[in-house]
Amino acid sequence: MIPPEFDYHAPRSVAEAIHLLGELGPDAKLLAGGHSLLPMMKLRFAQPTHLIDLNRIDDLRGIHEEGDQLVIGAMTVENDLIDSPLLRARLPLLPEVARQIADPQVRNRGTIGGDIVHGDPGNDHPAIALALDASLVLAGPGGERTLPADGFFLGTYMTQMAEDEILVRIRVPAFAPRTGYAYHKLKRKTGDWATAAAAVVLRLDGGRVSHVRIALTNVAPMALRAHAAEALLLGQALDAARIDQAAAAVMAICAPADDLRGDAEYKTAMAGCMFRRALAQAAARCA
Amino acid sequence: MNAPKEAGLAERASALQGMGESRLRKEDARFIQGRGNYVDDIRMPGMLHMDIVRSPLAHARIKRINKEQALAIPGVHAVLTAEDLKPLKLHWMPTLAGDVQAVLADEKVHFQMQEVAIVIADDRYIAADAVEAVEVEYEDLPVVIDPYAALAPDAPVLREDLAGKTEGAHGRREHPNHIFTWEAGDAAATEAAFAAAAVTVKARIHYPRVHPCPLETCGCVASFDPVRGELTTYLTSQAPHVVRTVVSLLSGIPESKVRIVSPDIGGGFGNKVGIYPGYVCAIVASIVLGRPVKWIEDRVENISTTAFARDYHMDGEIAATADGRILGLRTHVIADHGAFDACADPTKFPAGLFHICSGSYDIAAAYCQVKGVYTNKAPGGVAYRCSFRVTEAVYLVERMVDILAQKLGLDKAEIRRRNFIRKEQFPYTSPFGFEYDSGDYHTALDKVLAAVDYPALRAEQAATRANPASPTLMGIGLVSFTEVVGAGPSKMCDILGVGMFDSCEIRVHPTGSAIARMGTITQGQGHQTTYAQIIATELGIPSEVIQVEEGDTSTAPYGLGTYGSRSTPVAGAAIALAARKIHAKARKIAAHLLEVGENDLDWEIDRFKVKGDDSRFKTMQDISWAAYHQAPPGLEPGLEAVHYYDPPNFTFPFGIYLCVVDIDRATGETKVRRFLALDDCGTRINPMIIEGQIHGGLTEGFAVAMGQQMPFDAQGNLLGNTLMDYFLPTAVETPKWETDHTVTPSPHHPLGAKGVAESPHVGSIPTFTAAVVDAFAHLGVDNMTMPHNAYRVWQQLRDCGAAL
Repeated sequence: MIPPEFDYHAPRSVAEAIHLLGELGPDAKLLAGGHSLLPMMKLRFAQPTHLIDLNRIDDLRGIHEEGDQLVIGAMTVENDLIDSPLLRARLPLLPEVARQIADPQVRNRGTIGGDIVHGDPGNDHPAIALALDASLVLAGPGGERTLPADGFFLGTYMTQMAEDEILVRIRVPAFAPRTGYAYHKLKRKTGDWATAAAAVVLRLDGGRVSHVRIALTNVAPMALRAHAAEALLLGQALDAARIDQAAAAVMAICAPADDLRGDAEYKTAMAGCMFRRALAQAAARCA
Repeated sequence: MNAPKEAGLAERASALQGMGESRLRKEDARFIQGRGNYVDDIRMPGMLHMDIVRSPLAHARIKRINKEQALAIPGVHAVLTAEDLKPLKLHWMPTLAGDVQAVLADEKVHFQMQEVAIVIADDRYIAADAVEAVEVEYEDLPVVIDPYAALAPDAPVLREDLAGKTEGAHGRREHPNHIFTWEAGDAAATEAAFAAAAVTVKARIHYPRVHPCPLETCGCVASFDPVRGELTTYLTSQAPHVVRTVVSLLSGIPESKVRIVSPDIGGGFGNKVGIYPGYVCAIVASIVLGRPVKWIEDRVENISTTAFARDYHMDGEIAATADGRILGLRTHVIADHGAFDACADPTKFPAGLFHICSGSYDIAAAYCQVKGVYTNKAPGGVAYRCSFRVTEAVYLVERMVDILAQKLGLDKAEIRRRNFIRKEQFPYTSPFGFEYDSGDYHTALDKVLAAVDYPALRAEQAATRANPASPTLMGIGLVSFTEVVGAGPSKMCDILGVGMFDSCEIRVHPTGSAIARMGTITQGQGHQTTYAQIIATELGIPSEVIQVEEGDTSTAPYGLGTYGSRSTPVAGAAIALAARKIHAKARKIAAHLLEVGENDLDWEIDRFKVKGDDSRFKTMQDISWAAYHQAPPGLEPGLEAVHYYDPPNFTFPFGIYLCVVDIDRATGETKVRRFLALDDCGTRINPMIIEGQIHGGLTEGFAVAMGQQMPFDAQGNLLGNTLMDYFLPTAVETPKWETDHTVTPSPHHPLGAKGVAESPHVGSIPTFTAAVVDAFAHLGVDNMTMPHNAYRVWQQLRDCGAAL
């Protein structure tokens, strides 16, 4: 549990970090909260020769409003999401999710940006970013570009972010009035990744679904948005038959790996179960 | 009239903080301030660091080891393999079970992560890099993971070093992968009972392999002084004196020049009883290099290599009358011991005290047979928070009694009531020959059933079962257990020929404070607190001024250590009897000072007083001073005593546990709604510490039953050797515990105490299983294999058609 030797860099600005990243090349890794990278280094699964620590770049932290958008610095830690009055008021799903991630100690270090760009299908924020229609602002040597979360995740540890880029901000539209939401996560114990988890964001208009986003954690090589299930629900009343169809559509896109949490059959069934529970809670919160 | 005097007495007694007081733990002040002193806290001048090259394969021949690249790394002092240890005859070592174990793999590896080479370097980081740089070339051999397959006629031979050895440490070996066959009870009488019985049941009960997983892993700092020829080793050991003897025998250094120190130990649970290759290698390295060498396991090494527990495959059978009266019990066990037989049991008992498996029941005839088997897994087989194999035994009998109850349609409380040994039958000789010293099972059962309103629970369960829309299944687990602890009488119990006594030395200082040293070693049990309370009550010295020291073999008297709930039953008795020797001498001094006969004195809390005259007395403090300057003529000065206690019998703590679970039919998650543990550990020394021990043991039992597992794939890879997968519950997962007690003192123990720390582990595990199985009982399920995690329980739900 001892990593090989590496050099440590602690830039003070995004520009400096991008410069270092370009200079040091592919042997350099960005260090955010470190709760995925450092265990991988200790087990020698990852052996970067340079670590670029983003923790001293103040510009990367913090949460503010820009009109109907909430802008969250990529290095904002989970506990700051939980404690943010702004998020609690305008985007309460995020604090609710952050409370289900790891434990308080980890949440003091772990960041929303690190969680997203690591590309681990077990991480929670990728699915949440999908459910929230989030946009990801990436900074590179040529300036900034903004990508939608939907389409950003390509596979395990693979995203649209280029090797010379840094995720600097996440932009999320605030919830419209009477938006229901829920994230249901089945896990073996505190600190574990999800066996399966489902996020639902929902609005009803006259008893019919006027907006729905469904996203799943850890049931495929990457976070999934359940487009087909969303389509089945949009414009419909939430009756039992519809919900059954949507749950079947959710389960149909699952392709989980077998591990000690369960085999594919169980995880797929649990994705359906978590979806049903999230949908029911989200619907109850639409009032 | 006596009220003020009585109040004065109560005040004096309470000031001592003696037996029966919930004295706060003396250890906690340093632990909660980070001031403990664990092995890894020890730093010595010139200290080097050791790391271990381990096998990635479970069974393979070593073709070649290339050290060159590792030795070329600056700061690397040595790379040692079995070839280097051979001239010292230290490449193999004896195990506590009469087998041998490779210190470093000799020509072949027998399990994944086996020790292949060691690296000694200036620091931990260089050592880790050097481990990566050692090149080992392997040739794969067929892997044997299933212990039944190991006994097949054409199974690959695992232990080539034993070729041709048909006699093992415990009798004849029938197969190259067979270690021993051990039996107890009366096979013929049991066969007769089965032949005549109206009802029989049979089931395979698997107790999977688990790991004790203490928070502190194993490790040591070995320091050989080449000038003095002395070896000091700080080591995570539950039995430092045994380690000293073994190290002396292995190294040839006289035992007087070997000092083993167990400093603060962060939990043992049986994982720290054995002697591991890592210890031996660090000691050898220190002798070879003449410098201190530190070795500390990481978590993956701890879970993968040092002392697992259980792994018993038990075929249980019960014969009974039609109304559920048990006539006979029979068990055949296949015990998977891994690649080397390194179980830590009393030498004569290769299956430990498994023959306690007749449990709390009056059974006329019983027989058990245990076959030990080699497989390509790590060695171990220790008592994980239990007395030797008692956990397995209790699990077996409790599962079988439930299975019988289900077959007969009898209530699970009623079948126990019908078969319990009755209070008036004690002392009771079990069909396996144990003499149960005391017990009162019916009273304990009635108390538990009344506390939870058992009939109401069963009524609620019936209603839940009748509702097909119920989101949960409800289960009620009820278990009675009888432990056999306090090993043990030296006529039966020894380790490597040393009787399993334990010891205490007490010195009372001139000013009336005292120091006491024991052969045991606390790993969280709170010995420094409770041992002082025993002395306080026996000698009238406030426990606050009694220092308790353990773990340093140069100062503590020889003892066999702390495991198998033996500290209070054995060392606790030694403490009481050492104190009583001092008490007897104190009486002589008091009589001398008061100028009366010894028989004219009464003992009262903290003083001897002249009978009938409250004004004439000498306190223990007066007597202590006098012992050092005006001892009676003919009496040695000083006030100290040593006692080595060889127990006449084991002790038999017991309990009744009840658990209510609600199983989520959609996810398979089990919620423990209620858990009540009633324990009888005889005399209670510190009720608060007992409560803490029970909470800890229940939590560990919960972990074993609900989540802990060591699954292997067909290649012998251990899946899940980190705490991400290996289940240690946090406060979030841990159920709320309710406790209760009865007190049935041990008639042969000087204090009446029986030991308690392991009862909650032994008792709770079958209770969780019973509760989970009971939730499925109406669906025809009578047994399920641990761990009852959500995934496995969901599979049962699916198979029964009960999943939502």
